[in-house]
Amino acid sequence: MVRFILRRLLQVIPVFIGTTLLVYYMVFALPGDPIAALFGDRQPPQAVIDTLRSQYHLDEPFIVQYGLFLKNLFTFNLGNDFTGQPIAASLARVFPVTAMLAVEALAIQAIFGVAFGVFAGLRRGGWFDSTVLVASLVVIAVPTFVLGFVFQLVFGVQLGWAKPTVGANADWGSLLLPAVVLGLVSFAYVLRLTRASVSENMNADYVRTATAKGLSRPRVVLAHILRNSLIPVVTYLGANLGGLMGGAIVTEGIFNVPGVGNKLYQAVLRTEGPTIVSIVSVLVLVFVVSNLLVDLLYAWLDPRIRYDQ
Amino acid sequence: MRFTRTSKALGIVAIAALALTGCGAGGGTTEGSSDATGDPNKVITAYSNEPQNPLLPANTNEVYGGRVVELLFEGLRTYDADGKPVNALAESIDSSDAQNWTIKVKQGQKFTNGEAITAKTFVDSWNFAANSKNLQNNGFFFESIAGYEEVSAVNSEKTADGKTKTTPAPTAETMSGLAATDDSTITVKLAQPEADWSLRLGYSAFFPLPSAALADPKTFGENPVGNGPYKFEKEGAWVHDQSIALVKNADYSGPRESKNGGVTFKFYTDPGPAYTDLQSDNLDITDVLPSNALKTYETDFQDRNATKAVATNSTLNIPPYNPNFQGEAGKLRREALSYAINREEIAKVVFNGTRTPAKAFVPPVIDGFKEDLKGSEILKFDAAKAKDLWEQANKIQPYDDSKPLQIASNTDGGNKEWIDAVANGFKNNLGIQAEIQPFAKFAEVLNLRKSQQLPGLTRAGWQGDYPSLYNFLGPVWGTNASSNYEKYTNPEFDKLLKEGLAATSTEDANAKFNQAQEVLFEDLPGLPLWDQARPIVWSNNVVKAETGWNGSILYYNITAK
Repeated sequence: MVRFILRRLLQVIPVFIGTTLLVYYMVFALPGDPIAALFGDRQPPQAVIDTLRSQYHLDEPFIVQYGLFLKNLFTFNLGNDFTGQPIAASLARVFPVTAMLAVEALAIQAIFGVAFGVFAGLRRGGWFDSTVLVASLVVIAVPTFVLGFVFQLVFGVQLGWAKPTVGANADWGSLLLPAVVLGLVSFAYVLRLTRASVSENMNADYVRTATAKGLSRPRVVLAHILRNSLIPVVTYLGANLGGLMGGAIVTEGIFNVPGVGNKLYQAVLRTEGPTIVSIVSVLVLVFVVSNLLVDLLYAWLDPRIRYDQ
Repeated sequence: MRFTRTSKALGIVAIAALALTGCGAGGGTTEGSSDATGDPNKVITAYSNEPQNPLLPANTNEVYGGRVVELLFEGLRTYDADGKPVNALAESIDSSDAQNWTIKVKQGQKFTNGEAITAKTFVDSWNFAANSKNLQNNGFFFESIAGYEEVSAVNSEKTADGKTKTTPAPTAETMSGLAATDDSTITVKLAQPEADWSLRLGYSAFFPLPSAALADPKTFGENPVGNGPYKFEKEGAWVHDQSIALVKNADYSGPRESKNGGVTFKFYTDPGPAYTDLQSDNLDITDVLPSNALKTYETDFQDRNATKAVATNSTLNIPPYNPNFQGEAGKLRREALSYAINREEIAKVVFNGTRTPAKAFVPPVIDGFKEDLKGSEILKFDAAKAKDLWEQANKIQPYDDSKPLQIASNTDGGNKEWIDAVANGFKNNLGIQAEIQPFAKFAEVLNLRKSQQLPGLTRAGWQGDYPSLYNFLGPVWGTNASSNYEKYTNPEFDKLLKEGLAATSTEDANAKFNQAQEVLFEDLPGLPLWDQARPIVWSNNVVKAETGWNGSILYYNITAK
């Protein structure tokens, strides 16, 4: 087990260097002078532009810029973004917000998705099953931004149940509306995955055995059917967490959430290589860790899966 | 109930969703009576975005930092709602020859940290801002003062790869033309006479700075201390990427005294959510509307909107390095292009009245503006004349039609619609190929303009720094001027500008500047398109609001319920 985790963590190194190099190169290749773009029609004195440019090493060749970035990263000094703010501080501001949003969305899709899926799967073909199937199809078919605008308009503006945007001082309550929007599409997928897997496992031999042993219905459903049905669901949720942490750019934009997605969007607009790659680096780590957790969960869910030979 | 903004985009989905939820009870009701003076203690929330620099007047040259700086500081003068300069910290500003100026500073003024403001404060602040070593973005505002050259000197050297690198190398620490003769007197000697020099003293670059700012500008800019109608609510009132909270400065006594208790700027990366927040009274005022709201804001915010002409204009610049637009034929073609643009209709249909067709190279709100200048008839749409001029030009020199005429612009700011309309005008009225040359970002266009690689037309815009005709002409069209990227040059134009600056009366100066505009109409280095009007909307918490001459909201004048 320990060796498995270590091996997985060692894989992070090439993945990390590969992704950051690629992203850094893509930012570098973007057209336009990011320093000149900070100013618009009224340009500052040339000395200001040139000083900024050398301050951010924009006058160096690509490989030197990337090397400096890596050096900074390993000395835990991410430097400043183009507005002069320390990048580390802005990451520390945006990641907790997005983490809250992601956890909230994940909780919504996991809890409701699995619960609805189990009910639908147990009574396949019943009215509940048919209704959620159609409803989830609608949710999957409607793009997130449409859902976002509709929810914002209906619950934020018309009904006034929630604040239409998040803005400063994000907390669990103000993030609920965007979390619902964000979680809704994956909720539909989780529901459908759970339903399919539950209805498949219902006819499995071990379920019949468990029932024959005289186990109570709840115990059969929770300990036997559900546990065995969760493997595809957990895989999906694990991969999803990484995506959610990457900042739902559209959702964060609609609800003005000061999170990773918004920061990343602005950084891309300003061609701020160091900010973009710093965010991506953290995201790579999030992906790796959440996938590792998923793999470890497999072993717990299905004891036949072993990682140590 | 209104859902004008989103209903078009959402169509059936929105209606279905609303049907499911039972449609709610409709928009908020206005309650309570509003008295004209309003609640003087209420804090207003306003649309903004993260400032790009530490909040230092001499360094802030973008709009979101600028609006904060203007509320935190007070200069020698300020501009009233119509752009007329009024004295603020200055008791008097005098000059007999437009070159030697004597400024009397009001006594007893203080920054909010208690530091006194004297003539020396201004002299030190200006020398700091002009010094190239301090890398202040607005340093060039002091270029007229004698001795600026030495203080702002730079060293340009070629690097190994052939590029030039400019580094600060001031040869003096103070401008020779600037002195504080006693606590209340500043004397300024300009390098040459400039009649409109005193007009710019209300611009933020000229604001006074406390000594802490000069010692450590970066730290100061995080928690600035000023002398304006507002101050930071507390240390750390600027929460990066989220908001800046200002409260009324009770010690302020000047022309811009606040009618509310404070302003909290909430940051939005997109104007869309801000508009939604306004509809539900979660935000009190915005001066940036999402482009899809331009047609609906007047009904969405009945009696809660205002639109005012501001000192910002747009031109379509024609590069002199495109052979099609050179010589006698080129001149006729430039005129033909201008006649082929239906400004009236585009302003009405595409911009929904937030633009007015240009009447000159300067917007009408600027003092000294004159209509019907010689040559300005080319601003009127005339398809027959356009066609005629174009054919005349082709007789002199055939038009190279191998490539379509491109109009370069960034397309992220809602520019595509009007450029398509202009291009269609060229196609239909001149029979040539014309199209937009789209760029994802403004920076790309700017780079190509600087390196003279945009042979087509280019969208350009200018927002006035201070209300003066010269400010719309000199920096944009003067030879080697800072924003003259297409490198237009005409000695006669430069000469008229210089004469205008040297005139001792504003009337004489403006007459010269208007003559200079006639030179531009003759040469047409760019086609004036339209002047901006800025719509603002406000929430049910606000009684009344208005914008100033440059389109910024007069935050201190907002009355709240």
